[in-house]
Amino acid sequence: MLGKLSWAAVPFDQPIIMGVTAVLIVGIAAILALITIKGWWGYLWREWLTSVDHKRIGTMYVILALVMLVRGFSDAIMMRTQLALASGGATGYLPPEHYDQIFSAHGTIMIFFVAMPFVVGLMNFVVPLQLGIRDVAFPVMNSVSFWLTAAGCLLINLSLFIGEFARTGWLVYPPLSELAYSPGVGVDYYLWALQISGVGTLLSGINLTTTILKMRAPGMGYGRMPVFCWTALASNLLIVAAFPVLTATFAMLLLDRYCGFHFFTNDAGGNPMMYINLIWIWGHPEVYILILPAFGVFSEVVATFSGKPLFAYRSMVMATMCICVLSFFVWLHHFFTMGAGANVNAFFGVATMIIAVPTGVKVFNWLFTFYGGRIRYHVPVYWTIGFMVTFVIGGMTGVLLAVPPIDFVLHNSLFLVAHFHNTVIGGVVFGVMAGYTYWFPKAFGFTLNERLGKVIFWCWFLGFYLAFMPLYSLGLMGATRRMQQYPDPHWQPFMIAALAGAVVILLGIALTITQLVVSIRARERHRVANDPWDGRTLEWSVSSPPPAWNFTLIPQVSTADAFWHSKVAGLPGHTAVQAETIHLPRNSATGFLIAVFAVVLGFSLIWHIWWLAGLGLAGCLAVWLMLSWRTDREVAIPIGAAA
Amino acid sequence: MSGVLDPQGIIGKAQLVILTDALVIMLVIVIPVIILTLAFAWWFRASNTRARYRPDWQYSGRVEFVTWSIPALVILFLAGLTWVSTHELDPPRPIASANPPLEIQVIALDWKWLFIYPEQGIASINQLVVPVDTPLRFRITSSDVMNSFFIPQLGSQIYAMPRMENVLYLQADAPGTYGGLSANYSGGGFSKMRFAVYAVDAADFDSWVETTKRGTLVLDAITFAQIAPPSTLSRPLAFAAVAPGMYDAVLANGRALAPYSPAGR
Repeated sequence: MLGKLSWAAVPFDQPIIMGVTAVLIVGIAAILALITIKGWWGYLWREWLTSVDHKRIGTMYVILALVMLVRGFSDAIMMRTQLALASGGATGYLPPEHYDQIFSAHGTIMIFFVAMPFVVGLMNFVVPLQLGIRDVAFPVMNSVSFWLTAAGCLLINLSLFIGEFARTGWLVYPPLSELAYSPGVGVDYYLWALQISGVGTLLSGINLTTTILKMRAPGMGYGRMPVFCWTALASNLLIVAAFPVLTATFAMLLLDRYCGFHFFTNDAGGNPMMYINLIWIWGHPEVYILILPAFGVFSEVVATFSGKPLFAYRSMVMATMCICVLSFFVWLHHFFTMGAGANVNAFFGVATMIIAVPTGVKVFNWLFTFYGGRIRYHVPVYWTIGFMVTFVIGGMTGVLLAVPPIDFVLHNSLFLVAHFHNTVIGGVVFGVMAGYTYWFPKAFGFTLNERLGKVIFWCWFLGFYLAFMPLYSLGLMGATRRMQQYPDPHWQPFMIAALAGAVVILLGIALTITQLVVSIRARERHRVANDPWDGRTLEWSVSSPPPAWNFTLIPQVSTADAFWHSKVAGLPGHTAVQAETIHLPRNSATGFLIAVFAVVLGFSLIWHIWWLAGLGLAGCLAVWLMLSWRTDREVAIPIGAAA
Repeated sequence: MSGVLDPQGIIGKAQLVILTDALVIMLVIVIPVIILTLAFAWWFRASNTRARYRPDWQYSGRVEFVTWSIPALVILFLAGLTWVSTHELDPPRPIASANPPLEIQVIALDWKWLFIYPEQGIASINQLVVPVDTPLRFRITSSDVMNSFFIPQLGSQIYAMPRMENVLYLQADAPGTYGGLSANYSGGGFSKMRFAVYAVDAADFDSWVETTKRGTLVLDAITFAQIAPPSTLSRPLAFAAVAPGMYDAVLANGRALAPYSPAGR
């Protein structure tokens, strides 16, 4: 009846996990009780859960990312504590079977459920506003995308309490992830959670690509599009091209595990090398899916707070699109040590380095945007300067790793771990934090506490250096990754320093939550009008928060930095007033309901509860059909009421 | 200084040179960029009345030319370095030497390393004894999951993959004891999958071979079936004799998949 599921799946003997479970159950119960007592259910359902407004969906993505950041960071702190203890023969407090799940979960969660939703959330919120339009191309599909991401997120968190998570590393390389070596449900949790959220990501990519290509305000040619939209376009093109590869690769591994296929097994003609190639054909574009929008945020921040246009706009766009294309020609640098010939390795090494050229150009262009500017030191500028200093170091170590003979001694080392944290923290995290601070007043109508914002920056900035510079050193000393303990006692001081760095970052995360609470409580003192930063792009021309329809009068664009020019010239910056009616898509429960059934589907597939899986699938299809047959799609708002 | 920074073999030394060269070349650009970033950001702060505000300055062909040229030239140079060094230090490329190479067959087991010396007819687990100044020709495979064979102080690592072979040449230039390990995560006992490399002079190597041959343990299909299942070893083993064709059999067939039971959750 319940497949592989039984009470034995709940780890009652693990005090740490049971403690977390208890705290979470109490916490969730308290939140639900509060919502019930305050009578907020109706509001939540109407305004958020069924909303198809891109601004609401973007906000929910960011909230999801922040919540999951806490989960992913708990894993990080546990690992760093373990490694600070387990040195010179000591075994620490986490046995390998638990530790291995933690590092696998840390990578999976941080990439798929923190970085991705944060970046997608920012793009969702900002892109339609910058393009001067009323919503994305497919608003209901947008809601489906978000809720499928949330469904994957829920599944991966269930693995903490029911069953186990993968003990294979965050990319579940076969043959280790095949049934023969990982018979438990951990890998299945991983695969189904990512299949479900992956569909959401792909739909979101299609949605934003279509939006940017087809729905810009009148007059906004490609040469007048804000750079953030360009980077969003590049990122979503990559999503559309790369995510189907991920889905197909996981589908093959699932067939191996569920149906006895042999795509990646050792025997019957299977070959794990195929998986490793395929996963990185998705995996390398993925890092640019994350970093390009962050580059876009920095471009907006640098121009706005310097009070001048971005230096060499065209060059910036060209660099972005170069990176977009080149990112598909470098995947093999993740496994130079697999034994391809010298020509193959050298080709991919050189291709990888070439990406450093457009990236270098971007850094110079930001630099020259500062030049001749009048820089106002608000929090987003701190993140940007911190990024420029940190990211060039990460880029440099990346080019080192791209030289195959160097990679032969640094592959899978802590040097590599330090390198990708250098680019992901110094690039993506700094970028989304800059964007979060920059657009927060647009979303909510008040600014975040500035002083705390600066402290948060310094925590992340200094914490990063304290945590990861020791790992660069250890990597050069021959320390490799994913070890549950290190025998050399001389490495312990470095490990303790890394733990201290992680604690400093933890402080930054705690202060981010504090900042949110403090800022909400003081919101009346920090109310802002349309344009708190003296912005340049169209999102600053509408009220904060913008109305559901964004623009009462659709902007007429005749230059880049459209809003800045209309401010300078004192022009109206919008089309002639017409007696039109604004049509908005009606709320839809489609996304939420599909996600509920997707969780049922995923969970029952993981535990081999076939009848329930059938029910989940039928539920998803039924909701989809109901959406397809509905007739009453829109609400009409007369312009008089809007204005 | 240790590990990659303290190489004791010709391959590792060459790699450290390339690492240092590439690092220095890039630092020549990176350090000025960092300084320039901080300098521009500081000088053009809003409160500095001496800085000239140029709200419309957004393009300069000359600056543009330089900003594309600098990274392009650096990368051009590094690409040349990469192309040449990748070919010179290709793992299966033989090391030129007056001494003939010593062949060692490496099988990654869950979670220990088996080394077979085909010419000597002996084998060892988690202990690798090699003569100095002699090219070492490693043939590397795995019995079941992927690992990576790595001796940081000697140089290149390479994957050990089931039913596939990688060839790697390394050489120890100085006598000493060096750590070796698996650099690719392979499951529960991965952290213990370490071995010691003893680089000794030729006479000591010969006497180690003789001593080993006088031992009692023999590596055949039966002992292999006993050592192959997942486990970690606390001390190394040595085998006085090896059944012929052992390595090639594992390479061709992998380990017969015994029921696998990972340590409890």
